[in-house]
Amino acid sequence: MKIAIPVDEKALESNVCVSFGRTPYFLIYDVETKESTFIDNTAAASTGGAGIKAAQIIVDNKADVLLTPRLGENAADVLEPADIKIFKSIAGTAKENINAYINGKLSLLDEIHSGFHGHGGN
Amino acid sequence: MKIAVLSGKGGAGKTLVSVNLAAVAKTSAYIDCDVEEPNGHLFFKPVGIQEEKISVRIPKVDVKLCNGCRKCVEFCNFNALAYIKNNLIIFDDVCHSCGGCILVCPEKALTEEPKVIGKVQRGVSDKIMVSTGILNTGEATGIPIINKLLSEEKPQRNQLTFIDCPPGSACIVMESIKDADYCVLVAEPTLFGVHNLNMIYELVNLFNKPFGVILNKCLKEKNLAENFCIEKNIKIIGRIPFDNELGTLNSNAEIASNKNEKYRELFSSLLDSVIKEVPHETTTNT
Repeated sequence: MKIAIPVDEKALESNVCVSFGRTPYFLIYDVETKESTFIDNTAAASTGGAGIKAAQIIVDNKADVLLTPRLGENAADVLEPADIKIFKSIAGTAKENINAYINGKLSLLDEIHSGFHGHGGN
Repeated sequence: MKIAVLSGKGGAGKTLVSVNLAAVAKTSAYIDCDVEEPNGHLFFKPVGIQEEKISVRIPKVDVKLCNGCRKCVEFCNFNALAYIKNNLIIFDDVCHSCGGCILVCPEKALTEEPKVIGKVQRGVSDKIMVSTGILNTGEATGIPIINKLLSEEKPQRNQLTFIDCPPGSACIVMESIKDADYCVLVAEPTLFGVHNLNMIYELVNLFNKPFGVILNKCLKEKNLAENFCIEKNIKIIGRIPFDNELGTLNSNAEIASNKNEKYRELFSSLLDSVIKEVPHETTTNT
């Protein structure tokens, strides 16, 4: 099973990035092999629709689970038909979030925002 | 003669200036291109309104023809397409209707279908033709609506047309000024106002448009926007004072120049200055 997490740096000790669509990297963590792969988020520099493209990257990398602090509705519309489970990440590193997920400490992300579309957000 | 009124930010006085210039011109056309928040019609209260829906074309996939090559997904600059589990997903509200995905599809699996994004209203207020563009909330861009508003405008030799532009200096402003004969830049006297004036100053220069500045909300203190104009050798068309009575009339959606003689004189003199500038600029630039 593979877990995807938006991360600020290419390290397991990196913080989870506050943005899903425009995170610089994604960590893809394989729970069985304990292997970490960091991929560049090519959606980060998009003119628009970064969330859609980032979600496509998550799907193409065959993640089963996404841990993220928040998510826009367009990205959710890509991830849901791909049967990717979305959990709300907690404060802390990517590694801490992986452990929290494995120990059943994370809850499903139930707030999907309608997107910022260049208008900030908070 | 088309005169575009623009400013780098909202609330600087574009609508105040364009509405009142159109009002003192008497026989004129007023076109509200601020399609995200059009408010000129609140002043003119036009009658005999005719409405026309504006559509853009968005892609539609024939699932039987799509082979999942993803050329369209990779092509789209706005990421309006995704390919998930053998299914092409199209995000209408992100699509900018460029038609590129249809061109790059080797299987001809994509066609276009119309989608309504807003409307154009046309009416009359005294002898002023009032046109308003209205973009539905959440749509990607109002450019198709502005395009419609301005392309339908039939130029009559001596008729003055005032184009009330959207705020800022983005694509929708460029679309609004591109056929204008003259640009009126409205500026506030603050440092913030100067920053915003500079944005549109660069824009009108880029478009090689003749232009001048109306200084709005002028106080007795030094006017930073005025200093900017002097420094850059920009024509100052005139000044509108910071005036409670004018502000109140305007806030109540009254056309100040129709309500009070002193404002009629103020805007008439501004209009005279603008008209004097236009042919002058046209001859020097051609």
